[in-house]
Order: sequence, then structure tokens, then C-alpha cells
Amino acid sequence: MKLGVLCSGGKDSWYACYRAREKEEVACLISVRSKNESSYMFHTPNTHLVPLQAEAAGLPLVTVETAGEKEAELADLACAIRTAMVQYGIEGVVTGALLSVYQATRVQRICRDLGLWCFNPLWYTDPDTYMADLIAAGFRVVITGVFAAPFSADWLGREIDADALVDLRKYVRSHRITLTGEGGEYETLVLDAPLFSRRIAIEKAEKEYANYRGFFRVTQASLEAK
Amino acid sequence: MILLVDLSWKPGSLSRDEFVGPVARIVSRAGEEWREEHFLAIPETGPADACGIILCGTALSDNFFSEYPEAFLWLRNASVPVLGICAGMQALCLVHGGALCPACEIGMTTVQVTHPDTLLPKGPAFEAYELHSFACNPPPGWIVTAVSDHCVQAVRHPDRPLFGVMFHPEVRNDVVVERFCSLCRPQAGSP
Repeated sequence: MKLGVLCSGGKDSWYACYRAREKEEVACLISVRSKNESSYMFHTPNTHLVPLQAEAAGLPLVTVETAGEKEAELADLACAIRTAMVQYGIEGVVTGALLSVYQATRVQRICRDLGLWCFNPLWYTDPDTYMADLIAAGFRVVITGVFAAPFSADWLGREIDADALVDLRKYVRSHRITLTGEGGEYETLVLDAPLFSRRIAIEKAEKEYANYRGFFRVTQASLEAK
Repeated sequence: MILLVDLSWKPGSLSRDEFVGPVARIVSRAGEEWREEHFLAIPETGPADACGIILCGTALSDNFFSEYPEAFLWLRNASVPVLGICAGMQALCLVHGGALCPACEIGMTTVQVTHPDTLLPKGPAFEAYELHSFACNPPPGWIVTAVSDHCVQAVRHPDRPLFGVMFHPEVRNDVVVERFCSLCRPQAGSP
């Protein structure tokens, strides 16, 4: 089955892509670039790097820009998915939804209207197992946004490795964050993955941080050999 | 040991982790062992070693299981508790003489309890996650225990421990699966 993977550039969409590729044919990525940093549907800090990731994975990319207004962004997403159907013949859509009924419901409805299958391979997955598997599988993931206590500015650009996972687990206990960031506590960017033939090198980045809210904006990046 | 039956269109499909995995985690948390089988791999005589059977759901587009009613005939003679979830409820109803009708619900829906039931959350109503394109006309004599504005949401056999829920209890209604696990445990004093 030919599938299109919704891709924000973060760990969940790339891990879902990795899982989808084990079972079916991933024909393209579908990316929505939202101008609204508070979008309910789409993660925003570094979606401009998805084209570089797509190149690293050797996958075609369908991109659509949205103003990020609540219902209009869904119409923009449907438009992108329809384009992927026409250009790449996709029969289904894959998302990295973990727990968000809001996101999953809306993508399911778009897929139903377009006659497409919808897959959520990380749906209600065990957070500890998922995060450990992500690292063990060879994903290199950095934090590109923090939006909750007790995240300090030091977390901006930090790689999620075994040490970071220990700290995140402490925060789960002390501040009741979700381990995966599904509650919007942090956002991520994938620099390397098993399905990348090259990896992303960050050349320039800017940090912005105040009151437990911060962004790590990559302004210049390139692909390098693995 | 509870048997989880995967009703997806093929064994080990991309849907497995979405519809079997979350149920398996609730069963594990409830302290029960489980194993899983694809519905086409179950022998005509039915599974031999399970103390309970959960028929899991499928993707919205996946109604493949309904083309193989003969694969579920063993359910007529099931001697242990059975819980059918969404597609599982449809399979359970079909094999006992019920029918399917088009009825699509996606997302959180209000479910009204129409008949008190050991598995369901307390009434008069609760919120549940829906993902189905068909619903059930229950088999003759079965008790409708819950409904939504669109369709029958829960049924049970009048005498045997056979249950169906159209909503997905693995999303925000774990209690249904937990109570089913309790029902499958040997009761104190029983042989």
C-alpha cells in the first residue's frame, strides 16, 4: 500500500514513518507549515527543515503553507493530502499521533472524506518503551522548543539521549510532564534516523527563552555524510 | 491468559500497534497474561487455552474481516468470556445472527447507558472514542446496554458472558477492559 506520512520534522512523525516503511511503501511525506506558533494541529518550530530531512531520507515531499487558523488549517491539510493522492497515488496516510484525540479525529475525518486509509502506529504506545526504542534504533533528536516548567534554557538544542531521558523521567515524576512531550511540553527535530542516508548538521541556530518558554530556531543547516 | 484477536486485514499489519497494542497494555496493567492471534489463524475449533477473548478493532477503512464470517463460527461455542471491540463487536453480532448497517462516527461521542452492565462506566452517560463506518443490529434476544445518537454502542448476550462495545475502550475508558479481565479470573471457590 502506498502511503503518505504527515511530517512535522519531529520525532513522532519520523518514528511513525520508520514503522510504516517496515510494513508498507512510503511514497511521500506531507508537511504543513503553519505561521501560527500556537497551532492546535501542527508543530511549528522547525518545519522549514523538513525538505532537508526529506532529501536525507530520499523521499518526495508535498508541502502546504497555512495561516494556522483553527478550521482553515484543516482545509489546507486536506488540500496537501489530495495533492499527494494525485502526484504519488497514495492510498493511506500515516500520522505520529500518540494520544491526541483532537488531532487523530481530524485526520481520520479528512481520510474518510478522501477515501484513504489512516494509520497511527504510535497510538497510545507505552511512553517509556517508545522513547527507549527511539534512541536504540539510532534516531538523533534534539529539543527545539520548551513550553513548560521545569525546562531551562539549557534544554534548547539538547539531544534526547540516555542521560536526557533520565532527566525527562524525573520531570514526569516531579512536574507531571508527559515523557514524550505529547502534552506540548517540548518540541523536537530529527537530525538523523535509520532511514536517512545522510544526517543533518546544524550550522547556525538562535535561542530565545523566558519563563520556561523557549525556541531553538535552526537558521542554517546542511546534510553531511554518516 | 487472555487471547487478543487481531481483526486487521493481514497478520502483522501496520494497524496492529494501533488496535491490538493499546488493549494489550491495559490487560498487562490489569495483571493478566495475554497472547495474540490474527483472526484467520484461529482453528475452527477455537482457541484452547484462553480464559477470555478480546476481539480488537480495525482501521476505519478496514472491513475485510466481515467478508470472512466462517472465520468466526467458533465464537458460537466459546466457553469463556468474550469482549468484541468495534469490528470485534460487529464480528460477534454477525456470527450470532445480527446484521451490520452503515453508521459512521469518528471522535468523542456521548454514550447513554440504557441498561446497567458490569463492564460499562457508570451511567447515565459517559464520553467515548468512536472510529467506525458500520454499526450493529444486535442478534435476536441480546440486550442493548448503551446507545449513542447514531447507533447501538454496547450489547451483551442474555445468559452468557459475551459482550460487544462499538466505542474504543482503550481510549479513555480503560475500565471496560479492566473489568472484563476481572470477569475472566477464576472466582474464589469455583472448581
